[in-house]
Amino acid sequence: MGGWWKKNPFYVEYMVHESTALFVAAYAITLLVGLVRLGQGEAAWNGWLEAMKSPLSIVAHLAFLVAIAYHAFTWFKLFPLTMPPIIVNGKKLEPEVVVGSGWTAAILAALALLGIVWRIAA
Amino acid sequence: MVPLVKRQTRKGKHPMSEQKIIEIEVLRYKPESDQAPHSEVYKVPFTDDMSVLQGVQYIKDNFDGSLTFRWSCRMAICGSCGMMINGIPKLSCESFLRDYYPNRITVEALANFPIEKDLVVDLSGFIEKLEAIQPYIIPKEPRTLEQGEYIQTPEQFSQYIQFTSCINCTLCYAACPQVGLNPDFIGPAAMALLHRYNMDSRDGGQAQRMELVASEEGVYNCSAVGYCSEVCPKHVDPGNAVNVNKINAAKDYFLRFLSPKGGAQ
Repeated sequence: MGGWWKKNPFYVEYMVHESTALFVAAYAITLLVGLVRLGQGEAAWNGWLEAMKSPLSIVAHLAFLVAIAYHAFTWFKLFPLTMPPIIVNGKKLEPEVVVGSGWTAAILAALALLGIVWRIAA
Repeated sequence: MVPLVKRQTRKGKHPMSEQKIIEIEVLRYKPESDQAPHSEVYKVPFTDDMSVLQGVQYIKDNFDGSLTFRWSCRMAICGSCGMMINGIPKLSCESFLRDYYPNRITVEALANFPIEKDLVVDLSGFIEKLEAIQPYIIPKEPRTLEQGEYIQTPEQFSQYIQFTSCINCTLCYAACPQVGLNPDFIGPAAMALLHRYNMDSRDGGQAQRMELVASEEGVYNCSAVGYCSEVCPKHVDPGNAVNVNKINAAKDYFLRFLSPKGGAQ
């Protein structure tokens, strides 16, 4: 079974979308480090902010953005597989509707969060 | 292949100019004499209406009568003729040679099963799994003949009808890398059938079956690759049955604190 995932493009895609979870973890750790630095006082916090502005950090964050966007895309794509069927008016919701509702909710939540952050910053 | 020549002459075309030939590479294995499986290539003349199954039948009829494979209905109902065609689990009766021509196609025994001979796999493990899930209605409330039949509404029927469509072709087992890694995993088709009975309003066997669902051999072997549902020729969506039962098993595990009677052990 060694190297099983190389045998079929479907498995390769599976390994790619599962491995994007590592980027999600890396981003979470980055944020956690920021939180710890914040707890250590102003100088530590400013140091972390500076580190976030370095070219390496910006490249890393672009990579996080792409990987996490793909992770989200495949996450919603799996909804019809992993969720119990949703019955509306005696009919099972089409997979496209289920995936679409997931996306809509995610985009609305992201916009709301952005709006709140925008307000706090202003 | 008499009909083939007949049809071409009927159309008034020269038989030789029309004759297309496809190379079929077949995995061969004779347990009495072979150490390991090997492949052999056959050049098969075909017409556009010929399935891969018919191609393999042509080989048996014309080149090597010892070539062994299962088939029966030729119309995607019996579930016997599953093979790996170019590495993809498919029913050979509904895969057409024209879709692969002019490339060579490889035909192998279904993945993740022990090979019995050539394209025939040993299904005894799968049969044992089917037996293990108790694939029959365990009545919720036993009724006497006088009490009449069990009544079910169309809505209740719609809860499980999809999972009754399985033809036991085992393509989903050949598609599942987790079955390959752990052959003891109950697997997609058996789990879909288990779900079919658990979802039946007349059935009361859910508590018994949930023990298997939550066991070492159960649903948590699945990592949601989803290829089982992709290859299913009957749109049973066995992957959904497996994944929904992860939720059911988790519910059972946590709710047992609330209801001491049932649930996973």
